[in-house]
Amino acid sequence: MSGGVDSAVAAARAVEAGHEVVGVHLALSRMPGTLRTGSRGCCTIEDSMDAQRAANIIGIPYYVWDFSERFKLDVVDDFIAEYAAGRTPNPCMRCNERIKFAALLDKAIDLGFDAVCTGHYASIQTDAAGNRELHRASAWAKDQSYVLGVLTAEQLEHSMFPLGETPSKAEVRAEAAERGFSVATKPDSYDICFIPDGDTRGWLAERVPASAGDILDREGNTLGRHEGAAAFTVGQRKGLQIGTPAADGKPRFVLEVRPITNTVVVGPKEALAIGLIAGSKFTWTGLAPEHPGIAFDCDVQIRAHADPVPAVAQVVSVPVPAGADSAGAGATDAGAIELVITPREPLTGVAPGQTAVLYVGTRVLGQCTIDRTVSAVPVPSAAVEPAPVAVPAARA
Amino acid sequence: MSIYLDHAATTPMLPAAIEAYVDAMSVVGNPASIHSQGQNAKRMLEEARETVARSVGCDPIEVVFTGGGTEAINLALKGLFWARAPRRRILVPGGEHHATMDTVEWLENHDGAEPGWLPLDRAGRVDPARVADALGTGAEDVALLSLLAANNEVGTLQPVAEIGEIAAVHGIPVHIDAVSAYGQVPIDFRALSGAGRTGASGGAGGSAGGIVALSLSAHKIGGPVGIGALVLSRRASIVPLIHGGGQQRQVRSGTQDVAAAVAFAAAASALGDVPARNVHLRALRDRLIAGVLAVVPTAVLNGAAPDGPDEQRLPGNAHFTFPGCEGESLLFLLDAAGISVSTGSACQAGIPEPSHVLRAMGRSEAEARSALRITLGRDSTGADVDAFLAALPAAHAQASRAGMNDRVPTR
Ligand SMILES: Cc1ncc(COP(=O)(O)O)c(C=O)c1O
Repeated sequence: MSGGVDSAVAAARAVEAGHEVVGVHLALSRMPGTLRTGSRGCCTIEDSMDAQRAANIIGIPYYVWDFSERFKLDVVDDFIAEYAAGRTPNPCMRCNERIKFAALLDKAIDLGFDAVCTGHYASIQTDAAGNRELHRASAWAKDQSYVLGVLTAEQLEHSMFPLGETPSKAEVRAEAAERGFSVATKPDSYDICFIPDGDTRGWLAERVPASAGDILDREGNTLGRHEGAAAFTVGQRKGLQIGTPAADGKPRFVLEVRPITNTVVVGPKEALAIGLIAGSKFTWTGLAPEHPGIAFDCDVQIRAHADPVPAVAQVVSVPVPAGADSAGAGATDAGAIELVITPREPLTGVAPGQTAVLYVGTRVLGQCTIDRTVSAVPVPSAAVEPAPVAVPAARA
Repeated sequence: MSIYLDHAATTPMLPAAIEAYVDAMSVVGNPASIHSQGQNAKRMLEEARETVARSVGCDPIEVVFTGGGTEAINLALKGLFWARAPRRRILVPGGEHHATMDTVEWLENHDGAEPGWLPLDRAGRVDPARVADALGTGAEDVALLSLLAANNEVGTLQPVAEIGEIAAVHGIPVHIDAVSAYGQVPIDFRALSGAGRTGASGGAGGSAGGIVALSLSAHKIGGPVGIGALVLSRRASIVPLIHGGGQQRQVRSGTQDVAAAVAFAAAASALGDVPARNVHLRALRDRLIAGVLAVVPTAVLNGAAPDGPDEQRLPGNAHFTFPGCEGESLLFLLDAAGISVSTGSACQAGIPEPSHVLRAMGRSEAEARSALRITLGRDSTGADVDAFLAALPAAHAQASRAGMNDRVPTR
């Protein structure tokens, strides 16, 4: 129970469904703020008190469990490391993957519970053979199945999402008000909970050392200098400070961030269109496809609120590039295996580090952390980038 | 049915205290008023003050009622520090109650105080020799010394009299947080403060040296929450925190809470002969400690050994480390079994924190997370202890399975 309206209503519904329910609030910081500020909706003392008041009204016991150490290691440090590696991490997904449905679930099961119940908008259904499937919430506008795409079959076995079938958030708020929850009108949180003032860039800048480097075009020509590669995100246009304009006079965008060489690659807007994404860290949400090695149709979604795009996906073995460090490159010792996703129309706004979630209809099939992307627009001069696919930035 | 084994957090109000409280609440009159009803209220208040004074061996005028132990401690620490300006050093052991720790840190951050944290030994005891060392190497700049009479988590009694003597030699005022010791061990303020000691008065800077202040709280002895007292020697001078109508020697202004004082006094007078009363408590506690070590052989008893009449441990306190278990898990499982215990101090909003007391006693972070405090009170029974011992093995086995919160998740 975060102290927000959704988990409070989810807890109440779980009780009414006949379950034996205990409210647990996660302490994710050893130094929580006192009062809620701005758009954060969890992790302060006030939020913990809100959660407790809801538990009191529901009539369930309430405890705070301290996962601040794991949260720091698995979410906060990971966020910083990913950013420093030039990638675009999603800490909320990491928290679901490593904390809520891992550390918390493990502890809960060991202490005698059967499941973790949360206020996520997603729906668990069962197929004919009795296997659990994760589906989009019936209210698409609030659907949060994307951030749950990291759940494995086993985690799904021990999860409950009582809000999945609710037509709208308004309905949940109305129900909360009816139940007398003080949090019925509490604003939604949308910022990263461990960055109190919402200034993600400033927060990261304090933690990731920056040094000046080159800004290159796709052909490898130096166009200018930057103050630190990690501060740039793919798709960014502002703040490039390149003296000479592009030959065609059009604005240039960040196409790639290469932390190893501390360079930023820029190019025309069209080059942001991505024709292929791939990653070696992938999981299946419930039953895996029968033949993942054979290309299959699905939809791919690359952000929490992006539209799904039809795609073809396939698990392939990739030879380890000569001289590359194979550690961490894939799931097996013999060589890496990768989930390769080819959208039927190019994607924009996609960068390594983001999570691609695959759907079949409303069902979540699985996900992968994007290691590399390939532009849909070929590099003008092929001499600079000889490989047919772009080598992932971190291994360049 | 729930079994309450967290008497150090607060202990049930005595029926006599509740009765006295309710009766006194229906009496009208501000003790500062001059008319007869005011005088009646004043009489009730001063009788209460006398009773509380008797329970700790001080003069009634030395009892300053406060809104609880925390306020008494704040008043003593800030009030003595300010009265002793420009001296800056505050000697204080690690592992004190948060009321002390946080006040000292606040003075450090806002008022130029320089804390000198005194070490605790493995049993949680302050070595008087370390106090002598600290004062021997420059007592001039020391504003005060403050320490617990008995640690509220691990139950270790401190050699307060000895430390008070050392401080007196150097003219340094000492405050004793006696909140957790009150009612469990005899307190004789007159003896501690060395009233009548030659040369004890008139220390430079306004305050005399030695033990001059001692904090109490009513709800730890069967009185109501929200009233406590600072016993403040007539020799001590102090700067008040709360200004106003000048009540209570100008030290703590505000209309006095007669009913709460009366209820406090009812609990204080019920203390009776403390050592005699605690024979029962000590026997129960020893049974509990032996039982825990028998059913969970890996459990480690923290604090001083329970070894008879001269033991340096609170009679109602048992405190263990259960290696490999989160105290928080044990607390949860025991609670589910209807037994209330504590992990030490829950700070804000119920967030359990690793015991800073165990950390100050040189234990690891993991050990400090694996602590459980079981405290007995006057109405605790052998059946309570047996119920706890019956529930513990299963809770321990399950909490061991869950392990520490920072373990790498398997799912
Ligand atoms: C040793 C000690 N000091 C101070 C306090 C605070 O007293 P109160 O709760 O009356 O503010 C307590 C109790 O929580 C305590 O155990």
